[in-house]
Amino acid sequence: MKLKFPKIPRSIWVALIAMFLGLIAGAIFMLCTGSNPFAGYYYLFRGGLMNIERIGNSLATATPLILTGLSVAFAFKTGLFNIGASGQLLAGGLSATVVALTVVLPKPLLLLLMFLAAIVGGALWGFIPGLLKALFNVHEVVATIMMNWLAYWVVYYTIPRYFKGKFLETESRKIPDIASLRVPWLTEMFDGSYVNLGLIIAIIVVLIIGIILKKTVLGYELKAAGFNRFAAEYGGMKVNRNIVLSMTIAGALAGIGGLTLYTGYAVNIQIGVLPNQGFDGIAVSLLAANSPLGVFFSALFFGILHSGKGFMNAMTEIPPQIGDTIIATIIYFAATSVLIERFLDRAGKALANRKLERSSKEAG
Amino acid sequence: MWDIIVFIFPYAITYTIPLLITSLGGLVCERSGVVNIGLEGLMIIGSFASALTVSKLYPSMGDAAVWMGVLAGMIAGALFSLLHAFASINLNANQVISGTAINMIAGALTVYFARYITGSGNINIISGLRRFNMPVLSKIPVIGNLFFTQTYMTTWLVLLILLGSWYLIYKTPFGLRLRACGEHPHAADAAGVNVRLIRYVAVLMSGAFAGLGGAIILVTYSGEFNGSVAGLGFLALAALIFGQWKPLGILGATFFFGFASTLANVSQVVPALSTIPGLILKAFPYVVTLLALIAFSKSSQAPRASGEPFDQGSR
Repeated sequence: MKLKFPKIPRSIWVALIAMFLGLIAGAIFMLCTGSNPFAGYYYLFRGGLMNIERIGNSLATATPLILTGLSVAFAFKTGLFNIGASGQLLAGGLSATVVALTVVLPKPLLLLLMFLAAIVGGALWGFIPGLLKALFNVHEVVATIMMNWLAYWVVYYTIPRYFKGKFLETESRKIPDIASLRVPWLTEMFDGSYVNLGLIIAIIVVLIIGIILKKTVLGYELKAAGFNRFAAEYGGMKVNRNIVLSMTIAGALAGIGGLTLYTGYAVNIQIGVLPNQGFDGIAVSLLAANSPLGVFFSALFFGILHSGKGFMNAMTEIPPQIGDTIIATIIYFAATSVLIERFLDRAGKALANRKLERSSKEAG
Repeated sequence: MWDIIVFIFPYAITYTIPLLITSLGGLVCERSGVVNIGLEGLMIIGSFASALTVSKLYPSMGDAAVWMGVLAGMIAGALFSLLHAFASINLNANQVISGTAINMIAGALTVYFARYITGSGNINIISGLRRFNMPVLSKIPVIGNLFFTQTYMTTWLVLLILLGSWYLIYKTPFGLRLRACGEHPHAADAAGVNVRLIRYVAVLMSGAFAGLGGAIILVTYSGEFNGSVAGLGFLALAALIFGQWKPLGILGATFFFGFASTLANVSQVVPALSTIPGLILKAFPYVVTLLALIAFSKSSQAPRASGEPFDQGSR
């Protein structure tokens, strides 16, 4: 008798194994500090999922990650490595915060204006490295790193000067309720969690980006530039224009992430922080093998890890940084996925050999 | 104005030195053909190992513990860089992703253990290095005041390493092979150079140097490990590019950046400087690096094979 398993794509296997290895590494670190990893993971996942409010918080934590992950994945499709999602997120978040704190408008219009501001801010931060790459062949990794720190210092000096918080110099004023992405019906639906309109925006954006990449000429051209720049050029595509466009869109996506982070999940913007969400976005997109739908699910996984770690820390002695450690380790395993692929190759061969043996025995 | 410069100079040098040694680590690594954007993380590891060592040993060893801490920082940086070496040399992995992973693991894991050890995530050291005036040299007019007063021993150590590295890279067979691996690994391979081995040595050196940089931050001006080196690893990377992958170039670049950052840091307390907006001074290194990349885009001195995995079969 033959058992038939549904065929799971290889990229999903690699992602699952990388995730699993990351969790194992986390367990080893928990053991190193004398904690019980089973209890640790129990409380970690319980903290992220135990009731409707916690689930809402996990979704809210995942929201910016969906957008930064999408940003990194989108640039990857054009063969560009956007390590600047952090800076673009900051630029978008700062623009949105500035609008939220200065403009007076009815809520729907204000939110729309903030949304546009975030897109412009993030897009600008992506446009510059894109332009430098297209015109001067400046490597986008270096350019986006520089842009990250530019955003960091712009926020560092702008916020205390113009939008200083009531009590702390190191954060902006709280945005008014009218400018927050949190809306009563969503908050009530999730029992008072942080979940906000950002999640809905993120889902819509995932769908739009998925359609752009799969179904449009633009998406085809962007991917062609990623596969083989010279072939695309030979085929009459404007590769340089596409590089600039890809980085600009990637920046805009991360910028929207900044909107959801600073005016949805949080209520103000802090200085002196290069947000981790940008780098987590790299992990998200790696695990997802750059597919928009995959980005959505891997961001949810990281959202659970991040939102559950506080509860785990309260219930056990394990410091919450284990969440970030696991994510970072997963990136490393994704980077070294060659090892996983080799393992899968061998496992596949061994399985095939065994089948062959068995069938030859049955025949003989 | 002169008074201000004399006042700032020791601080600027103190701030420059960890930047310089880390940048030098990046230089050795990239010259061998491996991009290392994990410098920031390696600095954090160095700073953590050093803080841990000093805080544990100081009660029994006194001032010698500080030097043990510096050594521990170097060793820890080198060991941690093995992760990057393995991924980028053995597995031909994407070096940028591996470097990013190094940065993230270092930032999270050190705070994780620091919180387990101290509860707060910060590790304080009781005492760092002491400043001293160079005998005789500090009496020289003008230069003596600027360069030889209020110095740390680590400053001279790093300058010595810089000199040694310059000699190593340009004047020894090893240096020639190292540069060959970064420019044309297949040619080096054909000439019988063990490309993988050379790259391993280079990555380990960059880890040790960055670890040393992190340790120096701790024992000179910060005195506390808090899980971050505030982007200095990335600033070192910028200096490496601005200095066009040359030892003397990065000496100039790091000092330039260090001086600008110090100006920004002290501008709040020195009235004469408060007119210069801090943002301009702090953003300056990144902007000039971008401009340098544009200016040198046609004549860049970047190692040609930097960032490319070495695949023996593709010759």
